[in-house]
Amino acid sequence: MFATVLLLLAVASFIVAALSYFKAGRLTAQGRDKVHSRPVYHALNAAIWTGIPAFMFLLVWGLVSGSIVDTVVMSQVPGIEALSDAQRNLLMSEISQTAEGRTFTAPRPGVIAAAERLKELQYISQAAMVVVAASIAVFGAFFGFRVVASRFRARHSVERSVTWFMLLASTIAVMTTVGIVVSLVYEAAAFFALVPFWEFFFGLRWEPQIAIRADQVAGQGAFGVIPVLFGTVVIATLAMAVAVPIGVLSAIYLTEYATPRFRSFAKPLLEILAGIPTVVYGFFAVLTVAPLVRDLGVSLGIGASPNSALAAGAVMGIMIIPFVSSISDDALAAVPRSMREGSYALGATRGETITKVLLTAALPGIVGGVLLAFSKAIGETMIVVMAAGLIAKMTLNPFDAVTTVTVQIVALLTGDTEFDNPKTLAAFALGLMLFLITLGLNLIALHTVRKYRERY
Amino acid sequence: MTDISLHQGAGAAPGDRVDWKSGTMAARRKRRYGADSRLRLFGMGAIAFALGFLAIFLATIVHTASSALTQTMIRVEIDLKEANLDPNNLMEADWRAISRDAYRKLLPGVGRSEEKDYFSLFTNNGQFLIRDAVIRNPAMIGQTVTVVIPMSDPLDQLAKGLFDRALPEDQRRVNDIQIDLYDQLVAKGVVSHPFNWGLLFNNDSRFPELAGLAGGLVGTFYVVFVCFILSFPLGIGAAIYLEEFAPKNRWTDLIEININNLAAVPSVVFGLLGLAVFIGWFGLPRSVPLVGGMVIALINLPTIIIVTRAALKQVPSSIREAALGVGASKHEAIFHHMLPLAMPTILTGTIISLAQAIGETAPLLLIGMNAFITSAPGGMLDAATTLPTQIYIWADSPERGFVARTSAAIMVLLVCLMLMNAIAIFLRQRFERRW
Repeated sequence: MFATVLLLLAVASFIVAALSYFKAGRLTAQGRDKVHSRPVYHALNAAIWTGIPAFMFLLVWGLVSGSIVDTVVMSQVPGIEALSDAQRNLLMSEISQTAEGRTFTAPRPGVIAAAERLKELQYISQAAMVVVAASIAVFGAFFGFRVVASRFRARHSVERSVTWFMLLASTIAVMTTVGIVVSLVYEAAAFFALVPFWEFFFGLRWEPQIAIRADQVAGQGAFGVIPVLFGTVVIATLAMAVAVPIGVLSAIYLTEYATPRFRSFAKPLLEILAGIPTVVYGFFAVLTVAPLVRDLGVSLGIGASPNSALAAGAVMGIMIIPFVSSISDDALAAVPRSMREGSYALGATRGETITKVLLTAALPGIVGGVLLAFSKAIGETMIVVMAAGLIAKMTLNPFDAVTTVTVQIVALLTGDTEFDNPKTLAAFALGLMLFLITLGLNLIALHTVRKYRERY
Repeated sequence: MTDISLHQGAGAAPGDRVDWKSGTMAARRKRRYGADSRLRLFGMGAIAFALGFLAIFLATIVHTASSALTQTMIRVEIDLKEANLDPNNLMEADWRAISRDAYRKLLPGVGRSEEKDYFSLFTNNGQFLIRDAVIRNPAMIGQTVTVVIPMSDPLDQLAKGLFDRALPEDQRRVNDIQIDLYDQLVAKGVVSHPFNWGLLFNNDSRFPELAGLAGGLVGTFYVVFVCFILSFPLGIGAAIYLEEFAPKNRWTDLIEININNLAAVPSVVFGLLGLAVFIGWFGLPRSVPLVGGMVIALINLPTIIIVTRAALKQVPSSIREAALGVGASKHEAIFHHMLPLAMPTILTGTIISLAQAIGETAPLLLIGMNAFITSAPGGMLDAATTLPTQIYIWADSPERGFVARTSAAIMVLLVCLMLMNAIAIFLRQRFERRW
């Protein structure tokens, strides 16, 4: 339905554009007055007038009409005030399933009535949408076609619209950030209304179960974020322990020792590691690395969990190698030639030049890159979701299973998602924390790079 | 100045000439060069480790996937003459009995006590496969037709030699009776191992032998389509505005900082945004490609903006100035001259960013695109999975047969990524201009 309306709108805009094009062309051909804009601009202007306002209306209508109709239907169900949010959602999905005819058992009479009402309202809503959109388009077309005249500055009008579009596009980035912050803060605030602030930030137990019955023993759940954060840092540190030495060393080899031919062949191969989707790494961690780590743990006599922190951390580290490597590469390449040559002139070997001069000079860049990589490791999701544990444990043993912030977010939000219990809302509190931590790390990293690079 | 005082040069008091040929200095030189070659060795080791991992990784995936490339199938003759089918009500016919009759005819010697084991050699959904074949082609009614259906997963594993027949019976998923029956079927020549087209053309299923990627492929296509439709025009618009039109003020600085920061926000946070805003507030349905595409578009947008700005910067300003000089407006100079010249670079960057977007999984999990769906989505608003979420679902499934299927799905995903990158490289080499 929606797609058909959009298609019709596009066709209408095209027709109006074509008419305006010919009208403007005729004006030019008559040559009575000098026509300000070329016919194509008149056509574009008419198309914009026909299509854009109606399109914007359709967009807004499409986004909000569904929830408005649902609200109206629900408000007319008798006894709705007594129901909780979850029950309302359940009822609503029952009603809409009935309306679509997907029923397995005979629906209750009240539901049938509501479903009839829903269908009726949806029909009205769609009819209203078509009528309003059509009248907006007709009005726009009429106006757009009428203004075609030799003195009308169609080009200016089109360019103004394009500028507005571009301005709008560039604010979307800001709106995304605002959307992230507002939605996370809004849901997290609902969470902190249920779970006290200090319990979340200083609690040492993370057991996000929800009581099925109110009187259940140990059904309260505990929402202390410390063990989750601890596990995140353990895994991210393991990842960095793999990624930093290997990344920096391979960057050193590629920039300083390797022949151009080897470099041009090895660097793209290394970059492939960054292009592999993380879900694939996750599968590899589970399939191959985790059993290896378990065997290693057993042979060391420690014993290892099947989803050890080491397996997830090591695979994540490998994923981050190209990132560290390319940043170190840039940092090393940015060191002025004179410093390198000065070092050689004093008789330093290549190795001494690298470790004592180049690395020292490039250190701010590398440290900034490592911080960015750390923030990437903290925010990485699929590898840990598949290979790390679910139970929050405070342990430094890399053969044990720990959990991370991202694992918990995914675990809390897959399955049922009603936004009314601390379990799902906790995911948003975790998300807010993750957002702030990564934002902080990124800002510090950028600051480090900018502040210390100025010296050369 | 030839006098060099060295801190470590033993025997070289300040003011003395250093005897470079002395044993201590030779040892010192050796040590220094040793350190140099050690560093070089470490560097080589690091690269060898990374590339070795890549090789092992690809080899493991290809090796594991290889067993999913074929599927053990069995040819069954079905007598539809006796079945007494009502052409108007094919769905309701007793397909279970029809299929079991056909199985019995295939190997007449199977005793009553062995029947349960025997029927489990065939895929659990065999009756429905037969039903669908007849519904697709009603001309079959009243004839004896041949249908090829998959064998069940444990038998598929047996046929591919993935476990040892010599194992004790309680340690394998196929018992002795089943192995014996299977061997009899092989001897009759009804078992075949064709290429596993079902992997690409079937939808998801609980049974590994029937599970395929069709739904995931279609879902991925829709998601990437929505992502492209949204992020490409918006990204180019934003980039042109910021690069060419924006006044230098606090507001545009804010936008720039924002874009750089957004590029580093973990993708799972975008998933939370999609869940809270698109699904929670706007009331869009869960698990649908439209929402998935919108979320991925937001993740993709900063990349496209950054790529487009870099591409516009590369176009020499003489192009713009020449256009302005002959009377073009600023918009005309950009849209008629600079943008077309920058387009190959922009497209290359966009395709590479879309290849990244295809692999995006975590935000799609949060908006519910990991649901179990047994039909390909018919549109943007049908519940769907994508390739990476399908990989995630299969990787989580306990059945042995899904391990190979997951690897095969990964290979399909990697082939998609390789194709996209190849297109990008082709575009770059064919059309990109060096100024």
